Amino acid sequence: MKILLKDKIFLFTLYFKVLYMTQKQEPIQQLTEIRNMMERSSRFISLSGLSGVIAGIIALIGACFAFFYLDFDERYFDINQYFSEKYYLKFSHSWIFILTDALLVLAAALFAGIYFTSRKAKKNGLKVWDHTAQRLVINLMIPLAAGGIFCMILFYHHLVFLVAPATLIFYGLALLNASKYTYHEIRALGICELILGLIASFLVGYGLIFWAVGFGLLHIFYGLTMYYRYEKSEL
Amino acid sequence: MKEIISKLNKQFESRVRLGIMSVLMVNESIDFTGLRDLLDVTDGNLSSHLTALEKSKLIEMHKQFVGRKPNTSYRITKNGRNAFSEHLEFLARLIKQ
Repeated sequence: MKILLKDKIFLFTLYFKVLYMTQKQEPIQQLTEIRNMMERSSRFISLSGLSGVIAGIIALIGACFAFFYLDFDERYFDINQYFSEKYYLKFSHSWIFILTDALLVLAAALFAGIYFTSRKAKKNGLKVWDHTAQRLVINLMIPLAAGGIFCMILFYHHLVFLVAPATLIFYGLALLNASKYTYHEIRALGICELILGLIASFLVGYGLIFWAVGFGLLHIFYGLTMYYRYEKSEL
Repeated sequence: MKEIISKLNKQFESRVRLGIMSVLMVNESIDFTGLRDLLDVTDGNLSSHLTALEKSKLIEMHKQFVGRKPNTSYRITKNGRNAFSEHLEFLARLIKQ
């Protein structure tokens, strides 16, 4: 008898607890908050689609400069031409321009990316440089830095025709790696860059065109997709 | 009913504790400031909840030095992972009913 009563009191307090709980926070509400917290703490969600569009436009401008600077009446589709003295002379004149052009594009694209991303974070009341951002940058930079060094080595060995494909391949791998820490759509972009880079390594002489497609058009397309999918509704 | 009620874990009643556990479920480890910025709570509030969770062995604390600054990071225990999964299951069942 005594035990039964104790059991009843036990049950009663538990019922009470459940009632009290549901009053305080609905289970559905609790679950949404849990999911929201898991999402926000594991993925960097402030990456702005607009930064992709601007980076793409900047890349296209940079590619245009390179296109008009290099005399494209004499393009080199045969690998042997890249080892001729004529090409060596041309290369020794133009490499400073090409490198400056590429670095300017990189700097401008990075600046635009940081600007639009921090603007989006501010609008959503989030911190930009949190641990998800740090993790994203580290995982993006490891393959990218390896790619950068590899391209320098290609320059060093005068294998210039492989530089554009190599940047695309390493950039694709970097995005693939980074996709675990931000929007998963980045993964598709990475795979596209990777395929483009591999095709470009076959078709020597079209490096700049593939580069313009990969860094220009794909970025613009990706940026617009992301913008309409995630940001336009928030405005 | 009694079986379901027994799954209800009193530890996860508050919003802050729920937040801490959610974050630690998907992150290997996170430091104090990172957790504070994510949950948007005061230092004192967060640390009291962290201590409570640590006492019931749901999370564990690691202290180390990064350069000269002390850095406190937290990770979920096996025990805590199981308890939180059960809590999630319980919530899901409540919704279905």
